[in-house]
Amino acid sequence: MTKLLVIFFGGVLLNNFVLSRFLGICPFLGISQRVDTAAGMSIAVIFVMGLASVVTWFFHNMILVPMGLEYLQTIGFILIIAALVQLVEMVIQKSSPTLYQALGIYLPLITTNCAVLGVTILNISESYNLLEAAVNGIAGSSGFALAIILFAAIRERMEFSDIPESLKGFPIALITAGLMSMAFLGFSGFKLGALFGMM
Amino acid sequence: MSFKSEFNKGIINENPAFRMLLGMCPTLAISLAISNGIGMGLAATFVLVGSNVIISALRKVTPGRIRIPIFIVVIATFVTTVDLIMAAFLPDLHEVLGIFIPLIVVNCIIFARAEAFASQRGIIDSLADGLGMGIGWTLALCGLSAIRELLGTGTLLAIPDFGFAGIRIFSQGLAAVMAILPPGGFITLGLLIGLLNLITNRRKTKRQQV
Repeated sequence: MTKLLVIFFGGVLLNNFVLSRFLGICPFLGISQRVDTAAGMSIAVIFVMGLASVVTWFFHNMILVPMGLEYLQTIGFILIIAALVQLVEMVIQKSSPTLYQALGIYLPLITTNCAVLGVTILNISESYNLLEAAVNGIAGSSGFALAIILFAAIRERMEFSDIPESLKGFPIALITAGLMSMAFLGFSGFKLGALFGMM
Repeated sequence: MSFKSEFNKGIINENPAFRMLLGMCPTLAISLAISNGIGMGLAATFVLVGSNVIISALRKVTPGRIRIPIFIVVIATFVTTVDLIMAAFLPDLHEVLGIFIPLIVVNCIIFARAEAFASQRGIIDSLADGLGMGIGWTLALCGLSAIRELLGTGTLLAIPDFGFAGIRIFSQGLAAVMAILPPGGFITLGLLIGLLNLITNRRKTKRQQV
């Protein structure tokens, strides 16, 4: 239990996927103009990352390892994620048209979100068990959600501020992300193991 | 267009990192030392050239509807090749770049070139495009890495794989470690792109005055 808590809070705060591991920067910078679209994207990402962690864990441990095909990891994982995203899209379209309306345009983009492929590879390289892999997937995507929603809120405000001409748009967004990342660096002082060990 | 112009556009006018703003994750994550920049850039160049050539060669037999899975398989094959070669010959660099080598698969630069260029153009043009984009990205990575390595550690050109500690420009005590931590990456790249915009804007207004 302690290990799961450490993985979860580690993924959300200490090693935030976006701000300290640099995974998923493209959607973080691209889809953060408004809070509601950022929230829609993050729900879709949480969904896919949790699912992808579980499915790739089975694929790796039930198919690749017994057959000695570990070198096919990259090809296999990316195809699984692409197929999974398609499947999720179809299921949501059939079962909940309202949710599909909200998430529709973000779902295909998730295939090329490197946080998804990143978390599945991390799960294997850290040799997590199934439960830990699933928690890591949820934690990573929750960290992504936290970062992108906070960032979108700041960017909404930034539209009204007076920014030097050459810093407008992308450069100022990067600098803002840098300041946010500095704030998240403050969490790295926590010793999670000791904190949850005491409880 | 000629080989030369296809090659040149990737280096300056359509530089993937500074102009097109593609492939941000690895750009920010691995630009800690020049050796990382060169290693990552060349790995991506190899994948770009290989996948561009194959995708261009297959463009007439690729059905439009399933082109994305086909691109993914071609790109992933080259990425696996690079991953295994690097693990065998440059283990230290492979350790540092870590997860970002397999993640070349989802690098937007490679996808964008496959979709926008290689799937419509001839093999020679695609080769030039891949080479230009790859080298343009490598140069951008090296530039960013050089700034961060110098500010963060006070040395330049440290290459762990060859046991070379780098050239010390100023003492460790003066180095700002923040530059090689994650915030340093965001802020350095932001200021660098801002500077490039400033130069471009200045030139534009000058040209208008003339």
